[in-house]
Amino acid sequence: MTEHKQADTQQNGLGFERPLLEMEQKIEELKRLAQSTHLDLSGEILALEERLRTQTAEVYGNLSAWEKVNVARHAERPMTSDYIQTMLDDFVELHGDRLFGDDRAIVTGLATMGRHRFMLIGHRKGKTVKDRLACNFGCAHPEGYRKALQKMRLAERMRLPVVTFINTPGAYPGIGAEERGQAAAIATNILEMFDLSVPIVSIVIGEGGSGGALGIGVGDRVGILEHAYYSVISPEGCAAILWKSGEKAPEAAEALKLTSGHLLQHGLVDEVIPEPLGGAHRDPQGTIQNVRSRLETWLDELTALPSEELKEQRFRKFRGMGLPVHAAELAGS
Amino acid sequence: MAWTRFSKKKDMPGGLWIKCDDCGAMLFRKEFEARHRVCASCGYHFTLPGRERIRLTVDEGSFEELFDDLVAEDRLGFVDRQPYGEKLAATREKTRENDAMIVGTATIQGHPCVIGVMNFQFLGGSMGMVVGEKISLAIETAREQGVPVILFSCSGGARMHEGAISLMQMAKTCAALSKLRAAGGFSISVMTHPTTGGVTASFASVCDLLLAEPGALIGFAGPRVIATTIKKELPKGFQRAEFLLEKGQIDRIVARDEMRGELARLIAYATGAPFRLDETLPTPEARVAGSNGRESQAGPAGASGPAVDSAAGGDDAAPGDASRKARSNGRRKPAAAARKS
Ligand SMILES: [Zn+2]
Repeated sequence: MTEHKQADTQQNGLGFERPLLEMEQKIEELKRLAQSTHLDLSGEILALEERLRTQTAEVYGNLSAWEKVNVARHAERPMTSDYIQTMLDDFVELHGDRLFGDDRAIVTGLATMGRHRFMLIGHRKGKTVKDRLACNFGCAHPEGYRKALQKMRLAERMRLPVVTFINTPGAYPGIGAEERGQAAAIATNILEMFDLSVPIVSIVIGEGGSGGALGIGVGDRVGILEHAYYSVISPEGCAAILWKSGEKAPEAAEALKLTSGHLLQHGLVDEVIPEPLGGAHRDPQGTIQNVRSRLETWLDELTALPSEELKEQRFRKFRGMGLPVHAAELAGS
Repeated sequence: MAWTRFSKKKDMPGGLWIKCDDCGAMLFRKEFEARHRVCASCGYHFTLPGRERIRLTVDEGSFEELFDDLVAEDRLGFVDRQPYGEKLAATREKTRENDAMIVGTATIQGHPCVIGVMNFQFLGGSMGMVVGEKISLAIETAREQGVPVILFSCSGGARMHEGAISLMQMAKTCAALSKLRAAGGFSISVMTHPTTGGVTASFASVCDLLLAEPGALIGFAGPRVIATTIKKELPKGFQRAEFLLEKGQIDRIVARDEMRGELARLIAYATGAPFRLDETLPTPEARVAGSNGRESQAGPAGASGPAVDSAAGGDDAAPGDASRKARSNGRRKPAAAARKS
């Protein structure tokens, strides 16, 4: 690990990674030394690796909400494109919304994963600088949401379940996006997803940024990776409004209760999918495997249900989220 | 998705006179209120308190409020500068309302309907568990009674203090609308100033008919967020009702004093009930040309008529000017139409 990288981790809210990175670096050095000098350092290395495991478990067991937000945004965290590459046996990308354009911030296509076939719809963030720009950092325009809907309807005609991967800071706030009805595109998706007669599985794999996430998030099963987040507003945005300072993002992240555990506790997601020790970015393969095994179970469960039953359960789940109380009950409590 | 950016500037001063937010004219408070908070000078539509909206819209004595005892709980233990629970209690006390949504059954010029009105005075009309629930219940009541539902929105978006619970109210309200649609029910959304964030991105944009008041700010992201993101100044009239009409996003712009009549007429079309052209409505010719200034552009007659300023292309300084133009065009046209007949 270079010093440059360490400075980066400080800046992007990953300061807690620093001792872990230093220890990983030490272990690497020892291994190199052992190789070049033919000294037997295996005892030292094993001890250090054990210490690293303990410390990683401790650090990752005690992440603050803000730290989790930054893990969710980690550049090396597996993205939709990694899942496509690693998890799928086949993928046929289908482009365009048939109306305006092909938004690269959302990828859609026909997928095969073992015995399962489905329509995959996922936010795409991009890996390289060029990719990231092309994908608009995962911030979709209305044509992205309309593409998603068009492909969902196609999936319905093909009797294929829909699998969505959510990973967006939020839908793009721009002039063109507003002109072309960003709000209406998201709203239409939410409405239409309640009407879709095939199973829908949604997994928040990184950032669940507000309406931009929910626009492909009305799932019969909604899973969230352990260190991913799902929020009504970005912590920065919330801090700017309620605390009048973007620097209060860590406080806002805490207050918003946007972590996987809180979401599960409030019944807003169905299950938390565990990440390997030290977060998804330390072990992308392990993460993708965990997601795959949940997906298989859910698809098996859901494809067994008649479509009317499926829609009714989907309706009931979201209809029951955040039920208020009667004034008399409040007074009595 | 946030609401507070609107909450400061719309406070009404308590004095005899009120300064128009848009044109700066000094308005005599009593007259201003008699005109239902529409500027006499420029036609700017101020945000209307929820109860006033209901009084203005439904037949006198017909409103029967429903679900008014629903209240929110601070499930997250949300504290910014004040605990949310305290904020809720204080706002309930101050506004004498339980939350930011008023719903009930009513008739409009004799047509039965369910009406829901967002109340901006209660935490900026923000949508949390109570608002989402009451909208869904209103839609379900309409479905059960077989009458149309009319939803007036006026909100900065989701209520941050309820975190992702408020986000999911977007799904909840759309779930209810989806059932209504499947059952053959009918819904009308009226977007008033301002309607943004999670409200625009859910039920308010997917009703069968989408209406807006002149000059209303309607959008997904707030203008300040967009300006910060793109680091550019926004075009004149951006995200105003006239802009949305121009871009094909809404069906009609309806001025406040014509809303009641328009709703009655639209409900009649939806239900098949007969309707009469009440004297409170402008004449049919006037309505075609005038009730929103943009319609005349659709036909060849409009093209040869007086130029209608584009909502997005005006050269005036204030963004609210778009509403003034649309209004004054609306006023001018009926006269022209009347001359022809
Ligand atoms: Zn004025």
